[in-house]
Amino acid sequence: MTTPIRQSNGSMASGSDTSPVWIEPTGTFPVNRAPVIEARDLWKTYRNGTLEVDALRGVSFEIQSAEYVAIMGPSGSGKSTLMHILGCLDVPTSGSFRLAGEDASTMTEEELAHVRNKRIGFVFQQFNLLASLSAWRNVELPLLYAGVDRTERKRRALDSLERVGLESRVDHRPGELSGGQQQRVAIARALVTNPDLILADEPTGNLDSASAADVLHLLDELHVGGRTIVLITHDAEVAGAAQRTMRIRDGQILEAEMVGMAGTGR
Amino acid sequence: MNVIETFRTGTEAVVAHRLRSALTVLGIMIGITAVILTVGLGEGAQQQVSSQITALGSNLLTVTPGSTTSSTGIRGGFGSASTLTVADATALNSKVVAPDIGTVAPVISTNASLVAGTTNWTTTVVGTDPSWLTVRGRSLTEGRFIVSHDVTSKANVVVLGATTAQQLFGARDPIAQTVNIAGQPMSVIGVLNTVGSSSGSSTTSDPDDQAIVPLTTASSLLFSGASRNSVSQILIQATSAGTLSAAYQEADAELLSLHGITNSAAADFTITSEAQVLSTATSVDKTLTVLLGGVAGISLLVGGIGVMNIMLVSVTERIREIGLRKALGATPRVIRRQFLVEASVLGTVGGVLGAILGLIGAEVLPHFITDPITISPVAAAGAIVVAIGIGIAFGVYPAGRAARLAPIDALRSE
Repeated sequence: MTTPIRQSNGSMASGSDTSPVWIEPTGTFPVNRAPVIEARDLWKTYRNGTLEVDALRGVSFEIQSAEYVAIMGPSGSGKSTLMHILGCLDVPTSGSFRLAGEDASTMTEEELAHVRNKRIGFVFQQFNLLASLSAWRNVELPLLYAGVDRTERKRRALDSLERVGLESRVDHRPGELSGGQQQRVAIARALVTNPDLILADEPTGNLDSASAADVLHLLDELHVGGRTIVLITHDAEVAGAAQRTMRIRDGQILEAEMVGMAGTGR
Repeated sequence: MNVIETFRTGTEAVVAHRLRSALTVLGIMIGITAVILTVGLGEGAQQQVSSQITALGSNLLTVTPGSTTSSTGIRGGFGSASTLTVADATALNSKVVAPDIGTVAPVISTNASLVAGTTNWTTTVVGTDPSWLTVRGRSLTEGRFIVSHDVTSKANVVVLGATTAQQLFGARDPIAQTVNIAGQPMSVIGVLNTVGSSSGSSTTSDPDDQAIVPLTTASSLLFSGASRNSVSQILIQATSAGTLSAAYQEADAELLSLHGITNSAAADFTITSEAQVLSTATSVDKTLTVLLGGVAGISLLVGGIGVMNIMLVSVTERIREIGLRKALGATPRVIRRQFLVEASVLGTVGGVLGAILGLIGAEVLPHFITDPITISPVAAAGAIVVAIGIGIAFGVYPAGRAARLAPIDALRSE
């Protein structure tokens, strides 16, 4: 099973609703040179009564497949807004945003839900696991919404948990796991749909330094395995784990640093 | 996400919030139980009344002395306490004057103390003739009833109601025993069958607690003075239910003529039909059923609003969960369905449990109250359907709210 799920022509794979094709989250991930993210002149304006606030002011950048990019900035810099747009949780006021070749800036709520489900794996600061469900049931959730059948869901969820080293904890509920373990469950959940992009929002924010190092090491491993990762943080040390750092301030990208391999900033 | 998965997710959420779900279910359950029991009580009362109509015979007329006027209420007869006489009864029994009247039984009744050995029991003593048994539609469990010879010879014999016999003699056989009524020794010749108490109607006293003696014995021994020849009631059975109104008119005309009254508005007697009284009782019971049903319906509505309340609280409490599910790819439709399933599951479980509790209540309650409860399967099934409907109807709004939540707002909330 090495069929790539990306479509070079960029249209949404409509057939994937009924017959999803998944590839194993292994190290033999095929590298696609088309950019995973293409942002062109993104603006986001929030209206609060008569007051207009520009959270993003013309942000443009690209993120290539298999890149590991940190987006760094203080609070109020627009980094959360950018993260919401990258995560298809929100649409820009103007500008174009393409994720894996698809223009997400004009999608309906329903279409955005499908894109989030198939293209993006989220890792949140608060873990956001459902307390009433066991680890594997949390991991299978995205597959549930993708319409995968039960046995296949369980198999993939267990594979994913094994990938993050939690094969002995699959039936534990979040309350019975440490913070670091919970975040690893969340990473397993982000991996399970084999997404084009893993979006990690302050993934170490709620962890002690040992667990944080553990999680960063895991992200590093995933990157080495060929995953595209965007890490959002305010912590320069955490950002240092990435290949490249984009600094954002007052809704604009200040600079783009290259560490190691290919990729272009602005 | 298919139907089964949606259903499973919804059910899991119900189970995950056990206490809240249990309280909601309780609300619906009480509503459904209330509907089933109140409707059952009403139906039971109606059935009881209609079975009494059948038992009494719909072709029965009762003539009582005195009449009612619109201005003064009840008016006594002229000159004496009672204007009905044995002669009236005899006249009504004539096939020539009153062809539609089948059987006539004059009745004198009073309350008296019955003494058997050391046991004392106060009951209604009825003086009548042999046709009473036919008119009242009764039979005997043992012994014999009063015969014509007993009436003509003023025999000192008595037929006891089942309850009366039980009170006076307990388990002993009352036949041929002696009972003292107003100081007169009477020989027990028979015991009436049991018909059960008639709690549904106030027009008759307990038919199982009375003592029947010959009319002549009653008037000469138990009553004194002017009332000797008068009777307190004349029971008339029409030849059939169809001839009841004809019998009524014949009795009315005959009595007016016998009493020398030309203006029927000045009549010194009243003729009533038992069926008339009971049909009034039935309609009262029907009104009661509607009233009780209305109260139960309101409690069901309150239960439904309870479901909506709980679901709305649930939406607020679970903003993060909804946001997360949406971030992971749940479409608004999927979220809406999940919440609808939750509400319907609560409604269904409440409805089924309420129906079960209602059925148990219908079995148990009649042991503690005198009124019977008739469960109508239609009402029970209807109540369950209504409960599911309530779950869905009152779940739509909260589900819509949950589905509209923006995932980012939801994820940000703490």
